[in-house]
Amino acid sequence: MFRAKVIIKRRPSILDPQGKAVEKGAQHLGLNNIRNTRIGKYIEFDVLSNNRKEAEKEVNEYCNKLLANPIMEDYEFTLEEVK
Amino acid sequence: MRPKFGVVVFPGSNCDHDAYYVLRKILGQDVNFLWHKENNLNDSNVIILPGGFSYGDYLRTGAIARFSPIMNSVIDFANKGGIVIGICNGFQILLEAGLLPGVMLRNISLQFVCKDVYLSTDNRRTIFTEEIPSDKKAIKIPIAHGEGNYFASDDVLKELQDNNQIVFRYSDADGNVNDEVNPNGSLLNIAGIINKKGNVLGMMPHPERACDSVLGKTDGQFIFKSIINYLTN
Repeated sequence: MFRAKVIIKRRPSILDPQGKAVEKGAQHLGLNNIRNTRIGKYIEFDVLSNNRKEAEKEVNEYCNKLLANPIMEDYEFTLEEVK
Repeated sequence: MRPKFGVVVFPGSNCDHDAYYVLRKILGQDVNFLWHKENNLNDSNVIILPGGFSYGDYLRTGAIARFSPIMNSVIDFANKGGIVIGICNGFQILLEAGLLPGVMLRNISLQFVCKDVYLSTDNRRTIFTEEIPSDKKAIKIPIAHGEGNYFASDDVLKELQDNNQIVFRYSDADGNVNDEVNPNGSLLNIAGIINKKGNVLGMMPHPERACDSVLGKTDGQFIFKSIINYLTN
């Protein structure tokens, strides 16, 4: 079995109003060196397979078709074997 | 032909009854609810994907509803030329399903916006807009959404423009389109688009909330009447 950890980020060209609003909070806190705040998603799940290639294929499909929208998001993931 | 409307009900839909009410009680049409777990469109010749918060908007708006069993039939129906209209969350579902291009981002204000807006009709020669009187510079229809900030790549936008696929844009009461009247940051003030074939419309404003004269506005009727006339004549 594998433990998958997926990070989904907005593509650099896509505006992130949420990140901008949060960054305003940083300014209110007096943190004046914070720039380019971007908010993404972190998703974890198990893949019931003992074959890494097969697991990667399934995770890619999950990400491409459901977890991320390729028009506005990029994703990356790691697969860690769990015994 | 007497049109038969099907209103899809997803878990979290909340404008399904409004659409049903308008079609049955105000416009006297044949209309049925279609549960999202069904595959059968029940011989409908117009499918309405209503507004709401399907699956709690989890992950992305419309992302999970897009995989409801009925959506396979809806996609099939649309690809064969069937008439589909997605309103608000229904528009978001059409985008996720790939029946229309682009995505919806969070409103630029980060606020949920609920108010009447004016729309200029950029393409009046569609199944959905023929009945909008030509002297009407703008129609008044309410919006109610948190994610209606339409985004697409430059190529897609150009294609939408070249093919006359941009149907509605946020405007003032005289039909002037500018940044001031853009409620959500949508590119080119886009409020509604159709697919290339012209049989699938997605729009963020709610025409079903602007049909009953008791509510003080009836411009939404033009859209439903356009569909009815198209199928009847």
